[in-house]
Amino acid sequence: MASDQVEAVLRLEGVRKSYGVGTPVEAEVLHGIELVVRNGSFDALTGPSGSGKSTLLNLIGLLERPTSGNVYVQGENTAILDDARLAAMRGRAIGFVFQFHHLIPVFSALENVMMPMLLDRGRRDAEMEERARALLSDVGLAQAIGKKPAELSGGMQQRVAIARALSMRPALVLADEPTGNLDTKTANEIFDLLRQFNERYGTAFLVVTHDARLAARCDRNIALVDGRIVRDPGGTP
Amino acid sequence: MSLPKAMMPTTWILALRFLKERRFQSALIILGVTAGVAVVLTITELMGGLQGNLVARVLGVQAHIVVKPAEDDTRLVRDRDENVSIAARVEKRAQRLRSIDQWESALPLLERAPGVVATAPVVQGAGFAVRGAASRPVVLFGVEAERYLRVIHFDRFIVSGQFRVAANDSVVGIELAKDLGASIGDRIRITTAEGGNDTISIAGIFDVGSRDLNRRWIFASQRMAQSLLNLQGGITNIDLAVADIFESERIARSIANSAGLTVESWMATNTQTLAAFANQNMTTRVIRGFVVIIVALGIASVLVVSVVQKQKEIGILRAMGASSQSIMRIFLIQGGIVGIAGAIARSALGALIVYALSRSLRNVNGSALFAPEFAFSTFASAIGLALAVGVLAAVAPARRASLLDPVAAIRG
Repeated sequence: MASDQVEAVLRLEGVRKSYGVGTPVEAEVLHGIELVVRNGSFDALTGPSGSGKSTLLNLIGLLERPTSGNVYVQGENTAILDDARLAAMRGRAIGFVFQFHHLIPVFSALENVMMPMLLDRGRRDAEMEERARALLSDVGLAQAIGKKPAELSGGMQQRVAIARALSMRPALVLADEPTGNLDTKTANEIFDLLRQFNERYGTAFLVVTHDARLAARCDRNIALVDGRIVRDPGGTP
Repeated sequence: MSLPKAMMPTTWILALRFLKERRFQSALIILGVTAGVAVVLTITELMGGLQGNLVARVLGVQAHIVVKPAEDDTRLVRDRDENVSIAARVEKRAQRLRSIDQWESALPLLERAPGVVATAPVVQGAGFAVRGAASRPVVLFGVEAERYLRVIHFDRFIVSGQFRVAANDSVVGIELAKDLGASIGDRIRITTAEGGNDTISIAGIFDVGSRDLNRRWIFASQRMAQSLLNLQGGITNIDLAVADIFESERIARSIANSAGLTVESWMATNTQTLAAFANQNMTTRVIRGFVVIIVALGIASVLVVSVVQKQKEIGILRAMGASSQSIMRIFLIQGGIVGIAGAIARSALGALIVYALSRSLRNVNGSALFAPEFAFSTFASAIGLALAVGVLAAVAPARRASLLDPVAAIRG
């Protein structure tokens, strides 16, 4: 549907991914994925280990290219972009939250949040610092902006990572087991934070999780098994 | 700690922060570059100083360029009709002592020749110095003191009396004075093969540091030399000084082409010295080349380790939108910074070494063997070289970093 295409922040068409192409160990991990993620949605991606979740996430995050098929981000076909333009789109349209915060240890919380903007604009400006401060205050870390990641608790580190993922105001945030490394209470807080940002800014979230209870709290549960989407209540046929 | 407020490019911020984080590694490699650059510069300055000293000594008593009369050609005796050679054996002609033709008109032309800064007509010939029973062979130079001293600063070799050549006043070498048992004010008889016979009076005694020259050279007034050598009104050569001594040969050749005279530069008469310089320069270049390679390998190896250590950060930066070119730039900048830092650190150190050497390496008489030369161009080129070596050494590690697969890099 035309309206679907306009509203889709992400669209995958017949996406296949094989590793070891041309070698005896060639293996296809994803078998023709069709998927649409709408603007402002809050979706879960679940599946057992080895189902191809990480591979799918890497393709959506433009960290890898599919063997065949197309990945559209905000209606743009990423297959035709060269590496530099792909990197730029990755920085602008997509935010990442990893299971392990993956903050850069030598930089302060503020600098880590500014990093996507620094990389995109090439140099520092006053506006990006304002935005980074505001985001850190939104995640409840106004007091910790000058701290290095090692000086923060696991939950705080993940909050910084969330602020960083949102700093470029991306249309889509990919969260790979964002609470997998946290205790239940902190996990719930982090999850609520993601939900808040989803509602406040209309940012679409795709949350990869093992946790069925968390998946149940998402708007839609996309289940991946053996490289195929087996259940997708909100998806296109 | 926050990022520098200056609007520094992101790649520079990252490069500097990574270098700062690995403080110990960075310090070690900068120290290595410092040592390398120090060796290169010290060797260059030392050679430059030593060669400059040698040139100064060679040129202390020798004009940059000497203009002489055209040599007498050997003419074949030919049969007029048959045009065949009659003589069975052709001998080279003995070169007689003679004046440069029209030297008075040649002089202003030489003065105006590009690159020439001073000219001095000289009458030169052989004779004997006689005092009492002692007789010594000498080379007689008839000069105009003021003009001659502008070409060759001979007055600095005077050890007693002064460089005065007028009427009978003459200047002799310290060995000749000793051999003849003469001192300031004493008279010496000079005779020549051309039939000249006159008496000079010693006005000054020189010591040029060469026993042979000290024993043989006599400076007399031009008029006296002319009469002794039977060359009334004539001169045997014109000595020239030029602004850039290493341009001498080129200037000499251009004068020779236009004037039809025999023109010799110090470079042509000191080919051995120049060949020795060339050898030294070659040796210096080889050593410098090796040092540069070692420094480059050092920088490269440290950066390779750094790329491995920073693998995860590289992956994260890539996920946040850094292009592979930016990642490459971050490491190239690190190489460049290390190179420049080493070059600057060495500036003080190397200057100190050359200064110390110039104080400790001395001539037999205790004067400095060479004056240290602190050429700004040497420093500038050292910094340029270090920068180039640093960046080039970083190319392989930087390429490696830029080609890292972000997914694998994040997983570590």
